[in-house]
Amino acid sequence: MLYTIIKENTYKDSIVLMLLSNKLSAIDGVNKVSIMMGTPANKDIFKSSGLGTDELEKAKPNDIVIVVDTDQEEKVDEVKEEVEVALKGESESQNTSKGQEAHNWKRAMELANNPNLALISIPGQYAAMEAENALNEGLHVFMFSDNVSKEDEAKLKQKAHEKGLLVMGPDCGTALIHGVPLAFTNNVNEGDIGIVGASGTGIQEVTTIIDRYGKGVTNALGTGGRDLSTEVGAITMLDSIKALNQDPKVKVITVISKPPAEEVQRKVLNVLRNIEKPVVTLFLGDKPSYQEENIYHAYTLEEAAVVSVQLSNGDKPNFEPTTAENVNVLLKDSQVGIKGYYSGGTLATEAAMLVKDAFKDEISEEKKDGYILKTKNHEIIDLGDDVYTQGKPHPMIDPVNRIEMIEKSVKDPKTAVIMIDNVIGNGGHDDMASALAPTIKRILDSARQEGRKLVVLATVVGTAQDFQGYEKQIDILKESGAMICKTNDQMVRTAIQLVGGKVEQPILDVQKFEYTQEDLVVDEKIMSLINMKPSVINIGLKSFTEAVQNSGSECVQFNWRPIAGGDEKLMKVLQFLNYYEGGTI
Amino acid sequence: MGYRTINEANEAVIQKIIAAAPFLTDVVPAKSVIPELEDCVLLHAGPPIKYENMTDPMQGSCVGAILFEGWAEDEKSARELLENDKVKFIPCHHVNAVGPMGGITSPNMPVLVVINKESGNEAYCQMNEGIGAVLRFGAYNEQVINRLHWMKDVLGPVLSKALKTFDGGLNVNVLIAKAIAMGDEFHQRNIAASLAFLKELSPVIASLEDVEKEQRTEVIQFLADTDQFFLNIAMATGKAMMDAARTIEHGTVVTAMCRNGENFGIRIAGMGDEWFTAPVNTPQGLYFTGYTAEDANTDIGDSAITETIGVGGMAMIAAPAVTRFVGTGGFNDALEISNQMTEICISENPNFVIPTWDFKGACLGIDARKVVETGITPVINTGIAHKIAGYGQIGAGTVHPPIECFEKAITAYAEKLGFKG
Repeated sequence: MLYTIIKENTYKDSIVLMLLSNKLSAIDGVNKVSIMMGTPANKDIFKSSGLGTDELEKAKPNDIVIVVDTDQEEKVDEVKEEVEVALKGESESQNTSKGQEAHNWKRAMELANNPNLALISIPGQYAAMEAENALNEGLHVFMFSDNVSKEDEAKLKQKAHEKGLLVMGPDCGTALIHGVPLAFTNNVNEGDIGIVGASGTGIQEVTTIIDRYGKGVTNALGTGGRDLSTEVGAITMLDSIKALNQDPKVKVITVISKPPAEEVQRKVLNVLRNIEKPVVTLFLGDKPSYQEENIYHAYTLEEAAVVSVQLSNGDKPNFEPTTAENVNVLLKDSQVGIKGYYSGGTLATEAAMLVKDAFKDEISEEKKDGYILKTKNHEIIDLGDDVYTQGKPHPMIDPVNRIEMIEKSVKDPKTAVIMIDNVIGNGGHDDMASALAPTIKRILDSARQEGRKLVVLATVVGTAQDFQGYEKQIDILKESGAMICKTNDQMVRTAIQLVGGKVEQPILDVQKFEYTQEDLVVDEKIMSLINMKPSVINIGLKSFTEAVQNSGSECVQFNWRPIAGGDEKLMKVLQFLNYYEGGTI
Repeated sequence: MGYRTINEANEAVIQKIIAAAPFLTDVVPAKSVIPELEDCVLLHAGPPIKYENMTDPMQGSCVGAILFEGWAEDEKSARELLENDKVKFIPCHHVNAVGPMGGITSPNMPVLVVINKESGNEAYCQMNEGIGAVLRFGAYNEQVINRLHWMKDVLGPVLSKALKTFDGGLNVNVLIAKAIAMGDEFHQRNIAASLAFLKELSPVIASLEDVEKEQRTEVIQFLADTDQFFLNIAMATGKAMMDAARTIEHGTVVTAMCRNGENFGIRIAGMGDEWFTAPVNTPQGLYFTGYTAEDANTDIGDSAITETIGVGGMAMIAAPAVTRFVGTGGFNDALEISNQMTEICISENPNFVIPTWDFKGACLGIDARKVVETGITPVINTGIAHKIAGYGQIGAGTVHPPIECFEKAITAYAEKLGFKG
């Protein structure tokens, strides 16, 4: 029996509600429960997960809706109470730090001290409009939000470029601005390597490896995954590269992205060829076939990090991939499969790339269900894919999907090795290692009882300065029986070696290219963004404010809720009136 | 004159409101300044409404007005006139007037005349009858009708004579500025302004040689007894200010808010005379002993014009004495309400400085865009009428306009400017 509870006019962020959904699901006697804002899109999710009710239709975008599936009616009250307690706790904790929180742009601008950056993590359908508002206020934008159309992205970035501003994102998971971590970011040492990256976990992997080698990154500018598409034309990447080039404190520039559209790649490379500082590029997925005098084309994330460190030290690039020691495990003949269950999309992509390279297996190209790679033996899944995160928290903060996947894979007799990433740092789970450890222990035990060996490989993406503790996370995973690899690169190569494969590292000749002159000048506003700690207005997830404040930067929390009660037509009317410039009235 | 942006147009409206120079100049029979008020024509509060849709107190006021005018001998025949469409209704707002609660105004009722000298326009409002069984709350017994006759025959003419001794009339902005410093917000509390008014008028009235001493005493006694007398002056003032602002004819500033018990109506500058309506809410508040929310009539009256100019509920913080009476938790809640109101207003009025608000000016210029954007609707302080005619006022509290009015208004305006959604 389905029961619907509607809490009118109470806006909470989706992450808060998703975590609450998890908590409510644990109540005994509740078959299924979901709590979300009553937006049309969320109503569809309710319906598609079998929780559609007539009452649900009455909910408005600013109402919290809870649908409970239970056979015991009294459980509904229990759910209600839990919700009240959870939401009250949330608002009480907000009250303690009140006085510095805004509810609209006007107030946010008043509270902030010379703000220059807006960090936006609100639902995608509203994000473009608020990004435009931020640009109109003269702020750079970091858009964590996804589900923003490519057309809007291009428009925003064009507008930003014209105003001398930078738009990072949308769907930008990570950035470091003058040492200040934004969104899902690790606390790394400051230093002379400057990064521009289209992918969030890619930046995290590279910056943390650099940190472990004793070097540092002061600025890691995120661009969002579609920046290098033909439509967007790498606007943010080009401005970012130019900014790092202008910054005298930057010695090496490292560029990370998926392989871009050909003409965009040409444009980016032409700018890079104009730059005198050493450059490392990683177009993850492309196996490089040459180097350039001043541009090192890396094949993997670790390679990009290591070579950046070497160049920063003034050394010649020299990367030797490694596998983990002590991998001499005797597997049964039937055990030939590598299973990778990733929370980091870029890490998953890298794994798929290397496995594909090693086995040249026939690849089924279907990307559905989050599979980055699926062959007859191997599977690499990005559990951060929309398929898994619709109405659920990201696997970096919620272990449930990964636990399920790991348990399922053990039932497959072909499974030889399971790979797991643990991305720690700001925004991540408090203690993912402890959340995964019991499952790892259990499957290793049960395999042993069945008389077969199974290998679980794990890598922790993080630094000693991350609040979860890098060493602590490693110890917990080790304790559970997992074998720890220093990098994803090493983990995947280790896995490949276990099942008898090997990845050939490309050997590269240095080639020389003609290039056209580029104007490398970048607006003062972008230079001052990267040359001092930003003053941030955080629109959305409150935990991002804390991370920024903890790093000693100013941040005003803007407790955003959809304007006009989330009514899209009225929002358009308001946008029309607010920006009306007809000269005819 | 053209404006490039909505903000520019709104700023012009704001300047027009700040510049307003309202003067109370006279008290005259309504029909002498409102030619539409012929026999069997009544004015009512709020946006247009049919007799059959009026709530009971408003219908009771109609009966009272007909008895006062002598268009019928008794209640039964008055009701017959009304039910057979023999009486024509016009909204007060359509003829430069405003009316409290039912707002029922008939041709021979005396009205206050406020002139906005900045624009030269006039606005009218009937005088406050005091408390208890009164016409505006739907009472129409003999005592009510007798009082109306006394107001027509004595109070109106005496005040008219007195006001004429002031060169150019009484400067209302000065009275408001004084009274706001003495703790009035001009909707729920008008005692300071009423006394300031009496202070100006009493020496003059006392010295009116062509008025009998008994009548002079009656008038001064009535003014001394009627704490809310100034409310109606404030209403006419608001109307005079906002009608001048309406001549800008551009922008999203709210230029009128009123209710007729059925619908709430607003106007915005850019849409001229057009009303944007939605069903009214029922006030929340405190009740006199023996009454509960069950007895409350729906929201009614043109008095919300005071909130339109930024006083009343918008300036709750100005009146510490009534912060609890209006159903809030006291001073801090009132502070929060007034602070919240700044989020939907464009500016503050330097003419109405509020000492208890650290000398900030009263909120000025409700921007319909901001109301829709934030979901914050203006707070209106209001009396609560019993839903059955004749009981009169049973409490006081606050009420909010339905947000749909504002949504309709900005959508219509955007469409007027070429929005195609």
